[in-house]
Amino acid sequence: MSGVALDPKTAAAFPIAARTALGDTQMRKNVRHATEVIQAKRARVVAEMPDWQQLREAGKQIRQHTMEHLDYYLQEFEANCTRAGGVVHWARDAEEARRIVVELVKASGSDEVIKIKSMTTEEIQLNAALERAGVHAYETDLAELIIQLGEDQPSHIVVPALHKNRQQIREIFKRRMNLPELGETPQDLADAARMFLREKFLRVKTGVSGANFLIAETGGVCIVESEGNGRMCLTLPETLITIAGIDKVVPRFEDLEVLLQLLPRSATGERMNPYNSIWTGVREGDGPQTFHVVLMDNARTEILADKDGRNTLNCIRCGACLNVCPVYRQTGGQAYGSVYAGPIGAILTPQLQEMHHAESLPFASSLCGACYEVCPVKINIPEVLIHLRGKVVQQKTAGVSGLFDVEAVAMKAMGMIFKSERRFRAAQRLGRMSETPLVRKDGQGVGWISWLPGMLGGWTQVRDLQEMPKETFRDWWEKRGKHGK
Amino acid sequence: MRWGNILSIEFNALADAAGGLALRVSLFITCYNDTLFPETGKSVVKVLERLGHTVEFPAGQTCCGQMHYNTGYQAEAMPLVQRFVDQFRDAEAVVVPSSSCVTMMKDHYPKMAEEIGDAKLMADVDALLPRVFEFSEFLTRRLGLEDVGAYYPHRVTYHASCHGLRNLGLGDGPQRLLRAVRGIELVDLEGLEQCCGFGGTFAVKNADVSSAMLAEKTTAVLNTGAEVCTACDNSCLMHIQGGLHRQRAGVKTVHLAEILAGEETVRR
Amino acid sequence: MGSEAITAISASARAEVLRRIRLAKGGTSDANAARTGWSNVVRQYRRETAQAASATLEMFEDRLRDYDAHVERVVPAEVAGAVAKMIAGRGKRRMVIPSGLPAEWLPPGLEFVVDDGMSAVELDAFDGVMTGSTVAIAETGTVVLQNAAGQGRRAITLVPDYHLCVVNAADVVETVPEAMERLRATSGLATTFFSGPSATADIEMTRIKGVHGPRHLDVVLMT
Ligand code: SF4
Repeated sequence: MSGVALDPKTAAAFPIAARTALGDTQMRKNVRHATEVIQAKRARVVAEMPDWQQLREAGKQIRQHTMEHLDYYLQEFEANCTRAGGVVHWARDAEEARRIVVELVKASGSDEVIKIKSMTTEEIQLNAALERAGVHAYETDLAELIIQLGEDQPSHIVVPALHKNRQQIREIFKRRMNLPELGETPQDLADAARMFLREKFLRVKTGVSGANFLIAETGGVCIVESEGNGRMCLTLPETLITIAGIDKVVPRFEDLEVLLQLLPRSATGERMNPYNSIWTGVREGDGPQTFHVVLMDNARTEILADKDGRNTLNCIRCGACLNVCPVYRQTGGQAYGSVYAGPIGAILTPQLQEMHHAESLPFASSLCGACYEVCPVKINIPEVLIHLRGKVVQQKTAGVSGLFDVEAVAMKAMGMIFKSERRFRAAQRLGRMSETPLVRKDGQGVGWISWLPGMLGGWTQVRDLQEMPKETFRDWWEKRGKHGK
Repeated sequence: MRWGNILSIEFNALADAAGGLALRVSLFITCYNDTLFPETGKSVVKVLERLGHTVEFPAGQTCCGQMHYNTGYQAEAMPLVQRFVDQFRDAEAVVVPSSSCVTMMKDHYPKMAEEIGDAKLMADVDALLPRVFEFSEFLTRRLGLEDVGAYYPHRVTYHASCHGLRNLGLGDGPQRLLRAVRGIELVDLEGLEQCCGFGGTFAVKNADVSSAMLAEKTTAVLNTGAEVCTACDNSCLMHIQGGLHRQRAGVKTVHLAEILAGEETVRR
Repeated sequence: MGSEAITAISASARAEVLRRIRLAKGGTSDANAARTGWSNVVRQYRRETAQAASATLEMFEDRLRDYDAHVERVVPAEVAGAVAKMIAGRGKRRMVIPSGLPAEWLPPGLEFVVDDGMSAVELDAFDGVMTGSTVAIAETGTVVLQNAAGQGRRAITLVPDYHLCVVNAADVVETVPEAMERLRATSGLATTFFSGPSATADIEMTRIKGVHGPRHLDVVLMT
């Protein structure tokens, strides 16, 4: 994975990437540990809120309402931000967003930028674009720094380096910061990062950030963080460039009273994260004197147009669905082939690709529903997964090739079978006959199948299958009726 | 002999107290229970009849459409909504020994009927669904029972299927039924909320991940020292059993209905 | 590509993105529709406190101590004394302060320098910073600062390694919604919420105090 950006267009299908990931025992241990810790913390601080469900409902409604009036709120944000001295730009796609940011950085007269963790900039692979333009970006979030120095890729939307343990991080820092004597406690490592970055904070004149919320009513921007690196990037540079998906807008300042309760408790299991910054345009004598916001679509309007997929845009990127997901727990994030991993990644990534790539992701779920249960804005992820599966199948079965797709043919045949009780019975008999050659009896006389052909072989990889009973329930029921009961 | 008589009197009384009269219960066995787990169906019949209710089995029933729907073949699942309504329209109560099939119906049928655009079907679905119960739910919620007079002298652990736990909100209903079984030794399963990794076609399409999830589940089951693992859903159990048998672990899986159908052999 | 070029991209992108949004949701929204829709959002969460002010203060202190902050509750006349004690306890001496900080809070014998737009490097040379605050939230152990008299610009509470904050008990509310209500009138000011000292859990989910922001926090609660 190292160094090669996670790009859904080129990434391996999930089942293949997952197989590789499952072989990485160290990573799996790290992921298990980290997700268990966050889940426990989250559960504790959520349980102490008597109105958690009411907050979730309000969160969902606020987000839904925002999407219904997205055009209005974006323009309101633009007007208010501009009035306060900010400059608002619009971008249709990743390519335009990158061009705008690169140009703005150059115009700021700097060939370096300090960056706050931002999934949106990861999504558009901004750092590589800056590098090509001769601009070096310093990631300042500790986890992002670990990823950047380790030439690795993020595996979680909130804690991007959770797949690395302290020894691995120490190795990276020792090598890249040139600190042969570096200790290995988390404190030592955080101190090293502080030292390494301090000089950059005090020197670099241009900052790049994402945004958690854009406040339409005031034109303000809100960023939620822990380390203070965010505040450094938002406060010390002369120029600040913020890039945000158009889905990040919220109607009013007051709405933060809901989102600022839902987000920290869900994301890191804290009552409130250490720092929230809210700033509005430019203020003389306080912070950057040049401020740009880039509002980016990049397929979000495509998602908005799909009434069954639209809820995906309500996401506030808390990561709770990743932490609770039993699939993510096994594979970690990189198997998802996208900077958006886990359940939200499984629905967001294919839709951001306009359903042209990442078709395996909607199937990377057992539909257990744990994600929906924790989602602070109540996105019914399983339902969206099923909806997207339908879209994938439609694409796959359209045209002639669909006639030769083994799965599609089998599924359609079974669909026919279930439409008639007579055909269903015939199929039950046929099933019993055709499995016979595969059945081996055990000591108790019970038949078991330990090998199945083709696609079904996935089952017998680690599981046996008991043979079909000699008599179906409905046969028994009919016989019973004949015998007078 | 004595036991049988005493029990049947006692249970009729219980059934009366809980729901008044004996009910006419329509069994929706589901396609895979019908084909692969007939014992579960027989046990449901046995328990319900023991409690004094009448069981009917509409012969035209086939499948709820879950596998198709969840795998992306929604078009193939659509006709099964009408079929289900036709078969069970007049039922006093529909009992289904599968939490995932009930979830399929409760979570998706209304939307599917709407998509088909058939107002009559929508109304029928809305009228029928409140009468559809997962088996344990029927006992605890509809009949208000915990003790159904079962005897099962084994060490048992209960696996909460995801659909039962989250979509149907069965809560500790199944455990309460189990605790009331005579002779049983019920042990808690660690990681109760964790999926076993079945997920229908997920187990085949993502066989490796599914296997990793299963490994955690079978480890938890083995750690309980139970000889039997039970659940409200044979699909999870088939998965768990498949893994346990491959390991020759000596633990079997049994649907909840089969435990509740257990009786002392001294009868009659 | 120059700045005219990005202005051109932006203008055409703006029109196109807005067009796509309207197409996607089937219509154009306006202020009236947005206002109506917004007021229909169901807000059944707690928006007022249900406890006595004394309980809220205790909760606030409790949560701050959870973050390892030192907290001292004093009457106004004792603020300077408490400040002296805390600064001495941390072994600090040279503090930067914003303009407008009440002079009676400052004990003699220590160096307090009023910020006059110092550079980050200059700020870095101070032992700490002392400010007032706008609002505090007990339930989350949060203090909110705005760019106002006695609180100053954002950089001064960021670069120095130690922050001593005076919170007026009358400004402590229990819940987040109560705080947002109080902040609404001045929502346009640069605003910072801080809850404990800066921290990270990026390494094995172990919470470590103090990364880039102040690593130590003390609060004088003035009743
Ligand atoms: S989908 Fe929900 S739980 Fe997942 S990251 Fe988004 S807001 Fe959080």
